[in-house]
Amino acid sequence: MSLDTVAIAEENPNSVQPFAELGLKEDEYARIKTILGRRPTSSELAMYSVMWSEHCSYKSSKVHLKQFGEKAVKSAALLVGIGENAGVVDIGQNYAVTFKIESHNHPSFIEPYQGAATGIGGIVRDILTMGARPIAVMDPLRFGLADAPDTRRLLPGIVAGIGGYGNCLGLPNIGGEIVFDESYAGNPLVNALCVGVMKHEDIKLATAHGAGNLVVLFGAKTGGDGIGGVSVLASETFNSAKPTKRPSVQVGDPFAEKVLIECCLEIFKADLVIGIQDLGGAGLSCATSELASAGSGGMDIQLEKVPLRDPTLSPEEILMSESQERMCAVVEPAKIKHFMAICKKWDVTATVIGEVTTGERLHITFNGQLIVDVPPRTVAHDGPVYNRPIMKPSYIDKLAESTFTVPLPTAADEVKAAVLKLIASPNIADKSWVTSQFDKYVQGNTVLAQPEDSGLVRIDEETHLGVAISTDANARWSYLNPYEGAKLALAESCRNIATSGAKPLAVTNCLNFGSPEDPEVMWQFAETVRGLADACLELGLPITGGNVSFYNQTGSVAILPTPVIGVLGVIQDVRERTPMGIPAADLDLYLIGKYNGNLSGSEWAYLHGEIGNSAPVANLEMEKRLVDFLLSGQSIFESAHDVSNGGLAATLVESVLKNKIGARIELNDVANALFSETPGRVLVAIAQNKTNDIAKLAVKYQIPIYKIGTTGGTNLEINQAVISIEELSKAHTETFPRLFG
Amino acid sequence: MSFRVGVVTFPGSLDDRDAARAIEMAGGTAVPLFHASDDLKEVQAVVLPGGFSYGDYLRCGAIARFAPIMNSIVTAANHGFPVLGICNGFQVLCESHLLPGALTRNSNLHFLCRDQKLKIENTNTLWTSGFTAGEEILIPLKNGEGSFQCDDETLNILESEGRVIARYLDFDPNGSRNLIAGISNERGNVVGLMPHPEHAIETLTGPSTAGLTFFTSALHQLVGR
Repeated sequence: MSLDTVAIAEENPNSVQPFAELGLKEDEYARIKTILGRRPTSSELAMYSVMWSEHCSYKSSKVHLKQFGEKAVKSAALLVGIGENAGVVDIGQNYAVTFKIESHNHPSFIEPYQGAATGIGGIVRDILTMGARPIAVMDPLRFGLADAPDTRRLLPGIVAGIGGYGNCLGLPNIGGEIVFDESYAGNPLVNALCVGVMKHEDIKLATAHGAGNLVVLFGAKTGGDGIGGVSVLASETFNSAKPTKRPSVQVGDPFAEKVLIECCLEIFKADLVIGIQDLGGAGLSCATSELASAGSGGMDIQLEKVPLRDPTLSPEEILMSESQERMCAVVEPAKIKHFMAICKKWDVTATVIGEVTTGERLHITFNGQLIVDVPPRTVAHDGPVYNRPIMKPSYIDKLAESTFTVPLPTAADEVKAAVLKLIASPNIADKSWVTSQFDKYVQGNTVLAQPEDSGLVRIDEETHLGVAISTDANARWSYLNPYEGAKLALAESCRNIATSGAKPLAVTNCLNFGSPEDPEVMWQFAETVRGLADACLELGLPITGGNVSFYNQTGSVAILPTPVIGVLGVIQDVRERTPMGIPAADLDLYLIGKYNGNLSGSEWAYLHGEIGNSAPVANLEMEKRLVDFLLSGQSIFESAHDVSNGGLAATLVESVLKNKIGARIELNDVANALFSETPGRVLVAIAQNKTNDIAKLAVKYQIPIYKIGTTGGTNLEINQAVISIEELSKAHTETFPRLFG
Repeated sequence: MSFRVGVVTFPGSLDDRDAARAIEMAGGTAVPLFHASDDLKEVQAVVLPGGFSYGDYLRCGAIARFAPIMNSIVTAANHGFPVLGICNGFQVLCESHLLPGALTRNSNLHFLCRDQKLKIENTNTLWTSGFTAGEEILIPLKNGEGSFQCDDETLNILESEGRVIARYLDFDPNGSRNLIAGISNERGNVVGLMPHPEHAIETLTGPSTAGLTFFTSALHQLVGR
């Protein structure tokens, strides 16, 4: 194939170009021509097509996401906000924390191991790019039915990929979620969160300033993997009627990334970069245009200098390649020698591929021929924006008017059977088959990890400062009411943070939805964003960034709307954290917060094929008081565990099984009390001489509390139902090994 | 005076900072050693930490054994210099022929991270002298290739000479022969251990503090010299 240069594009304005195959619509192609005043070269077309894809440009979500900025509270804690690779939050003592969550859903469906592995790799580089040392990862996962053949293909591969990559990087995996629902069949959700820490002065940004400064590409060599992955994989619905488009999913090399991390941290420490950007989706197209766009000048790149794994790659392919473990930095000429020496120490390939210029354009040449001449902003930031039609789905009102019934146990043997059935169900069952494949110990600072309410990591060994992270979503509530669902997910995540003893500080999100071209999906999305923005405003928490994953649907069937909300909290002394497990006998058990008996969206209803009729309405004013109650009560709580999926039944069983210490519980209206998932509730254990203390807190924060039992013995006794710890343990732990080997 | 214990960082080492933390907590001074240099910096003992040296893309530890630092360590170890290899470090010691046998894929083929009960079998090595014989401890185990394998003859030698220093108790995590979790060389100065004592030094971040004894054992022995 001959080289398509700017000169040729000018000479042959009418050449037919495969813009549709690259995922561009006709009007988008026309817009590129208007911007350039000519047809794009094939290299320019490649760049625009990947950068204007849904995945990179947020073209369908932008009009909604701007609420996050408009409604946001002014938070002094926010050091870097939305728009950079990841937001940065001040946690005190001159420490800054950056965290972000991203999806790698489509690649993981195609190739579970590599898709999930490179999902971890990508988010870790985003965190590293901010100047931070990555300190932990988490992975919220969603699959089709647990016993479906495809789930058996996907889950073990995805879990192995997350472990294979994350373990090899030396990052503790401290939590996540695993949820099964038939709507995720064919569209598994693989979200990955990473958190990193740095000192305030070490924050780095993706920008290219100063004419004459050098653009350095370092890390792995560029190969043919993942070419077009962004535009074709992440931005089109899987449709069995059309021929399948399955370009290669990127292949990860965690060792290269580990070395790259150490190399970057040494480079940062020596203060050798002006700006830095990782190469993820859209590869060099993204890195060069974003760096140049955020800077003050232009940029010249000599593409033939890019070290290649496959020497046959064309310039277009080099620009689109999504080869992993690469970074792009802007370095002053005076510092380049030092920069290169550090790369050499870590055996990291580093090559100067261009420089920052005084101009306003991004010029890319290949062996001296000009193949790209564009205003970088038009590639990186001025992509198309769509205000897509929205329509409230008809199912919502239909469900709201419907009634549903599920069997409610009353007799002791019925209660026992129901509890055992619930805790053996895949969504509630013990997940250690998965989490034991992840290293939670490395770095030596993990204080709490899954199945605790939040993952909690020590930041400073002297002062005991730490951070907590939780990710949550209740997609069934979001299906019934996406506005409330988003608020409830945020409330739950904050509650999990506070339950462990940390103060909620900032929010990130990964919004997983079906096709934005479906007005009903778009309505779900719009309502979700509105709910999350309102909830953040009411709780006084800034959103530091996020990710949108559309096109999670097969044919006309979309996944449940799944906004995964991540909350970061800070704890001044990690030794004061509260674990979930009952630690001793003869403690009093209190249920904090009131239940209303609604089983809509609950696991118990789901087990009987019902989704219910209405989501709970989030009471954020109460949730705020609950957080304050929990934080004030840390010193008297011996254990604390949130009530969420599976209701009080699941909470009790998990609290008992953690340290194998039983409990005796008395409940009125036993079935609803056990299985309702009414939000805003926590189970706590306190010493019996602390009754007055908890009562005072309850009055102070106006939170209803109910003493429901005491700890001790070798059974969980609920009214007359007696279930031995052995029986609970067997039911809880056998499900995953039975399903997945 | 302070006792200097080196911790080697290979490309891909992960638990190097954790090993250093344990050494410091035991009262020693941790000295970082880099794979590319053969300088042992006058340390009195060395820990080869866990991780995935060179990605472990070949056999685990197979490339690390050729690092310049390993030449110095092998020479010194053959003269009685104390070396503790943890997890990947154990694998490196086997590949370097300082210890017999090999670590292969876990029998269930999965990476496994769990709190593992061990029985300390030999308290005569430099690294286990602080334990009582038969002591049961709980420390983290985390690896994908931790199944200790060797031929019958080697196994007989290890058992008859009392060179099995720790065995898995109550649960077989990986299919190791005779449930072997760690072994020593003939002299007892070189010890390889699959579980991670450096992650059991404080109850806040580990299941016990029993791991610290491996490090205090060595420091006490070195003080006595």
